[in-house]
Amino acid sequence: MIKIKINGQEQSWDGDPDLPLLWFLRDEAGLTGTKFGCGQALCGACTVIVDKEAVRSCITSINDVAGREVTTIEGLHPDGDHPVQKAWRQVNVPQCGFCQAGQIMQAAALLMDNPKPSHDQIREAMAGNICRCGCYQRIENAVHLASTGV
Amino acid sequence: MNFIDNPRKLRGFEKNLKVEKVSRRSILKGLGVTGGFVLAAPVMSRQAFAYETGAGKMPHGVVVDPRVFVAVAPDGTVTILAHRAEMGTGVRTSLPLIVAEEMEADWSKVKVQQAHGDEVKFGNQDTDGSRSTRHYLIPMRQIGASARSMLEQAAAKRWNVPATEVKAVNHEVVHGATGRKLGFGELAADAAKESVPSIEGLKLKDPKDFRYLGKGQVSIVDLHDITTGKAGYGADVRLPGMKYAVIARPPVTGGKLVSFDPAEAMKISGVEKVMQVRGWPWPSKFQPLGGVAVIARNTGAAIKGRDALKLVWDDGANGKYDSVAYRKELEEASRKPGLVVRQEGDADAALKTAAKVVIGEYYLPHLAHVSMEPPVAVADVKGDKAEIWAPVQSPGGTREDVAKTLGIPEGNVTVNVTLLGGGFGRKSKCDFALEAALLSKELGAPVKVQWTREDDLHHDFLHTVSAERIEAGLDKDGKVIAWRHRSVAPTIASTFAAGANHAAAFELGMGLVDMPFEIANISCENPEAAAFTRIGWFRSVSNIPRAFAVQSMVGEIANATGRDQKETLLALIGTPRIVKPAVKDLWNYGEPYDSYPIDTARLRKVVELVAEKGEWGRQVPKGHGLGIAVHRSFVSYIATIVEVAVDDKGKLTVPRVDTAIDCGTYVNPERIASQIEGAAIMGLSLAKYGAVTFKDGKVEQKNFDDFQVVRMDEAPLVTNVYIVPPGPDTPPSGVGEPGVPPFAPALMNAIFAATGKRIRALPIGKQLEA
Repeated sequence: MIKIKINGQEQSWDGDPDLPLLWFLRDEAGLTGTKFGCGQALCGACTVIVDKEAVRSCITSINDVAGREVTTIEGLHPDGDHPVQKAWRQVNVPQCGFCQAGQIMQAAALLMDNPKPSHDQIREAMAGNICRCGCYQRIENAVHLASTGV
Repeated sequence: MNFIDNPRKLRGFEKNLKVEKVSRRSILKGLGVTGGFVLAAPVMSRQAFAYETGAGKMPHGVVVDPRVFVAVAPDGTVTILAHRAEMGTGVRTSLPLIVAEEMEADWSKVKVQQAHGDEVKFGNQDTDGSRSTRHYLIPMRQIGASARSMLEQAAAKRWNVPATEVKAVNHEVVHGATGRKLGFGELAADAAKESVPSIEGLKLKDPKDFRYLGKGQVSIVDLHDITTGKAGYGADVRLPGMKYAVIARPPVTGGKLVSFDPAEAMKISGVEKVMQVRGWPWPSKFQPLGGVAVIARNTGAAIKGRDALKLVWDDGANGKYDSVAYRKELEEASRKPGLVVRQEGDADAALKTAAKVVIGEYYLPHLAHVSMEPPVAVADVKGDKAEIWAPVQSPGGTREDVAKTLGIPEGNVTVNVTLLGGGFGRKSKCDFALEAALLSKELGAPVKVQWTREDDLHHDFLHTVSAERIEAGLDKDGKVIAWRHRSVAPTIASTFAAGANHAAAFELGMGLVDMPFEIANISCENPEAAAFTRIGWFRSVSNIPRAFAVQSMVGEIANATGRDQKETLLALIGTPRIVKPAVKDLWNYGEPYDSYPIDTARLRKVVELVAEKGEWGRQVPKGHGLGIAVHRSFVSYIATIVEVAVDDKGKLTVPRVDTAIDCGTYVNPERIASQIEGAAIMGLSLAKYGAVTFKDGKVEQKNFDDFQVVRMDEAPLVTNVYIVPPGPDTPPSGVGEPGVPPFAPALMNAIFAATGKRIRALPIGKQLEA
């Protein structure tokens, strides 16, 4: 039996310990805000925060996060008002929106680590997250806005 | 020759337009509100307005009926249906916003509800071809005006005053003389008893009174849900008892399963069943390719189970498809005469007598859509009834295809349209929903079919591959007197009809025969090309290779004559005029030519605007270069200037992009900017990296590591968008697609300016490193 804490709640799993965290979150725990985009840690759509680090849940087995604390987009802020989320809305970032949960989690992790990133640091830190609609200019502006206070 | 005007018509939509008799019960059920706004007389009309569009000629045409699209609840909440699919353009916000504007609803009291797939009821729902605003601006205004008029009538009766004395203003109706007011909610029940006014008698708002349209102040309705993970995409649908499936499909298009061994897959924890999926013979239209499905308790187990399957395939006739060999064939074909599809003057003779002939041979490979959400669908089939939840651009077509595939009446199929995690044309094809329907029927349980990224790349309906060859004949003064363009590419029609090997009219009309330059001798030719994989629509379709070739050639002519790119471009566009290409049945994006002609004044205008705002001719640092391109597509006019920087190792960056768009009358300039910003990224992706290649009939790329797209660290640093203010009654035109075609040729012209290297084959790859 594997126990993990997701968004502050204890969860347990007695199935395949190699199951990617992504599919546990989406299909078993019903937390569908975390998205499947590639399955190979190439696109960042599945990004969650484990303890204080951005992690690709599609290649992270549930066993790897046993006993650790996982935060998904649903648990980032109780009212959805994390500075990154607010900045995202202020800048009207999304087009289709599918990659945005992963982008927001990546940005939130970046700001935990580096509260005042430069534009170059933002571009580098966010380069693992693909947006096929091409919202990069706005994502960059939103991260910058979040870092300077909304 | 297989001539298919618009393959989507193969859905069998050429039925007469009909209006469903809508009962009170069905409206309330449909809109999910009680005590609502229910109207009496049926109304169905094509709009009579300052311009005509092709909306009425789409399958099932247009329905202008407030009973279908609007409900007012007693508490004042106005519910407006969005009947087009949302894939990131903002249409789910923009169309209801038009209704709210015209009915004087307060947007903060409006709820948008997604319509299910039912084209008899809602009119055409094919969300493609950059058509939604262009076809629905006027119908949505008419729907809003009808609803407003009925609310005003109801208030006038309540106060026993003439209707001319009352006016709807911001969610209430006001009697000017006495200052009395009644909220929309208070009037809902009475308004429901009013008859629907005739379209002809409707008074639309004066645009100067618009609160929302053209302002760009309203954010998309899903913004909060997207940023909190609550927005519902296809993959997010969960039903009680639902199974999770992934499918192993034939690795070669048209291949067949010979045998399979499920034993190892069945040993995987969580795997419940392995079963065959029916496939259709190639060309299979939108029908499933067939294969073997692994059914499990979660997607991760299903994927692991599929990896353990032992499968034997027969690759069939397409097993020899090889991109390297086929490129040679296409290029050879482009050097020989082909089917003439436009002829003016005598290009052969003029090329022979020309003082100079500039020849450009261009090659553009297959592209995959790779929307961030891979194809996915949920189906629940019970007996002769089916319910589908899917991210589809074609809700009506999906409904029809599910019914046909299962052999049940269309009325027994409900298609719920989720948000689309990107579409770009891929999700106009509903094969993934059909797979889910087939599996659910056989399992007797709801099932979700999830495509992996590898599935998406291996079984896409790819953007075509093409060879484009242009010969431009110049006189002694450098004026272009002859133009021959041969375009060779497998046609989308090949996905629908065996042996289709010439471009369909709609493909010819995308940048080949509609070429707008003022040249005396023009020949456009379309040599044969066979297809060996599924070809489909990709954002802006044939405009990508044609604009690439034509606008690169403008740069080549500028170089050959030692003139400025922009001046060369304007000289080729020529005098302000309406272009009348000598083409039988010219395809004009389905629009009447009178409303949407090729207007070179507008084409010149976007070039001049972008040159002014984008500071054409500005000094740039060493290693930088500016390139320009213009293209009309989806009846909009777009010009782009790209600044590129190429370092001494051949690494390119894009410091700045400027784009001017004339899309006629527009609804939401903020979303236009977002579409154009995104189009620049997609244009850069396809220019730098975009190539799907085949060996032994199989796609060689697997995921985002070998089918790369642009990431944030290489995205343009700045993209500026300038929108041409529309003239009075200028018809609205496309926005979603037209930003893509001019980007790559503008980039190539910029690279030439920066380095002196002319890149004629995409992707750029390592060509600048040499």
